[in-house]
Amino acid sequence: MKKYTYTESKDTRSGFGAGLLEAGRKNKEVVALCADLVGSLKMADFIKEFPDRFIQVGIAEANMICMAAGLTIGGKIPFTGTFANFSTGRVYDQIRQSVAYSNKNVKICASHAGLTLGEDGATHQILEDIGLMKMLPGMTVINPCDYNQTKAATIAIAEFEGPVYLRFGRPVVPVFTSPDQKFEIGKAWMVNEGADVSIFATGHMVWQAILAGEKLAEEGIDAEIINIHTIKPLDEKAVLKSAKKTGCVVTCEEHNRYGGLGESIAQLLSTNTPTPMEFVAVNDTFGESGTPEQLMKKYGLDSSNIVDAVKKVMKRK
Amino acid sequence: MILENNFDLKRMASQVRRDIVRMVYECQSGHPGGSLGCTDYLVALYFKIMKHDPSFNMDGIGEDLFFLSNGHISPVFYSVLAHSGYYDKSELKTFRKLNSRLQGHPTTHEHLPGIRIASGSLGQGMSVAIGAALAKKMNKDQSLVFSLHGDGELQEGQNWEAAMFAPFNKVDNLISTIDVNGQQIDGPTDKVLGLLDLHEKFSAFGWDVMHADGNDMDGIVAALEEAKTRTGKGKPVMILMKTEMGKGVDYMEGSHKWHGTAPNEQQLVQALNQLEETYGDY
Repeated sequence: MKKYTYTESKDTRSGFGAGLLEAGRKNKEVVALCADLVGSLKMADFIKEFPDRFIQVGIAEANMICMAAGLTIGGKIPFTGTFANFSTGRVYDQIRQSVAYSNKNVKICASHAGLTLGEDGATHQILEDIGLMKMLPGMTVINPCDYNQTKAATIAIAEFEGPVYLRFGRPVVPVFTSPDQKFEIGKAWMVNEGADVSIFATGHMVWQAILAGEKLAEEGIDAEIINIHTIKPLDEKAVLKSAKKTGCVVTCEEHNRYGGLGESIAQLLSTNTPTPMEFVAVNDTFGESGTPEQLMKKYGLDSSNIVDAVKKVMKRK
Repeated sequence: MILENNFDLKRMASQVRRDIVRMVYECQSGHPGGSLGCTDYLVALYFKIMKHDPSFNMDGIGEDLFFLSNGHISPVFYSVLAHSGYYDKSELKTFRKLNSRLQGHPTTHEHLPGIRIASGSLGQGMSVAIGAALAKKMNKDQSLVFSLHGDGELQEGQNWEAAMFAPFNKVDNLISTIDVNGQQIDGPTDKVLGLLDLHEKFSAFGWDVMHADGNDMDGIVAALEEAKTRTGKGKPVMILMKTEMGKGVDYMEGSHKWHGTAPNEQQLVQALNQLEETYGDY
């Protein structure tokens, strides 16, 4: 097992804030909109440097999404910012008609995704957003795993033409990817090459997969760990290659098991190379209040759940 | 095509109304009522008021833009765009048919020149128009943004998010118009969900509110000219435009029954007899 260490922990939303500032410096067409959550989305540095390229929309997400669509018509590259729940479910029809169907170059940037939002509880912990967004034709869906990857992804989507959903989180988590990485949309990242099982992980679950890989190595299980940061378009080549090599698959995501990364991989495998699979995901339920760690444990999303899933799926080979 | 005098605009409106009735008849679906009611407005806008380029660039930099929020009145929009030179009017015969660029509701998806956003799901167009107007301000582009909305459509809450945003942020390069025909699918707006005093409402939100008779060409041209002089003064401009649903076809006038109903063959003939062919049927 390749060794991954970290010297600091940061929130992925701060990676977004840093990436937005850099994207803004690189391209004067980059503009930002926010629905009364500037602090939560870490947009302050962008606003300070580019006050004329920031639009405070107030608590009016539907208006924000459609104004962003309108801004693209004048050649702008708008980044919208609010929580994942209000970025997707609340404005699904606005995204569907004015952004996706109209093929507008809007970047929907969503913080506080998943259970790790924590104490605010289920009203704010969306676990269905990946599914909602990946069902829209032409929508790119990205869920980076740490500060550095989120920063790199934010810069990359500014340079990409087309609607994008970028999902990140609230809590401080280990920073273990390279600060100078080049983010390639749609290209999976090989975290660890292995032979016995393929673990495909996205978002905060990548670090949990690394912890699981270390435990499995101690027990003589050689896990291949692949980070699928881009859920759509899926890196089909990387998934099929790994699944064919190891013969069994575990997917890991901070999302409902319906509609997420696991479902996309299951569809790909079942139509190409049927492979035993286990899903580490939320089992079709809403979340609740608690600390991120408590919630990840209670809802079956920590490294021990990945270890159990690996052992279970390997028996089915 | 620019039509300098109102006489020619009225003749064009007659042609557009013929197109609307024929298009809806041929596919036996679509929305003639609102289309006929807004014909004079759209003809005035595209043939006289707006500075626009039918060679069509999506970004529309340096030209006036129009957004149709109540996308179901697509027949009038398609006819006006065709006669303006965005595409050949022969394409109007494909309206609502398989493999057409003229979808039931307007869309950019089929790359029809002149359309800059999909609309149909109601309530989104004012926000889109504000976004486009903000982009013009950022680009230091002096041209204007126009938008049209149904009165029933104002029941969608997003309009009021947009209505609150635009004056507060001094989006004064925007001229929005409400088609006040008092009708919606389930009956008169006063019976379904009353809009009460729209002048008071938009004024209270901070708009510069005007009134116009949308079925009097002289009146609507004058109102739009007046609205242009009111831009750039710190407030978005709102025209409350009174129209009659089905205007120009006597048996359709003033009734919500023709919101989304196609005429039969006899009704088609009856309608065309009331509308002179002026700029050539498609």
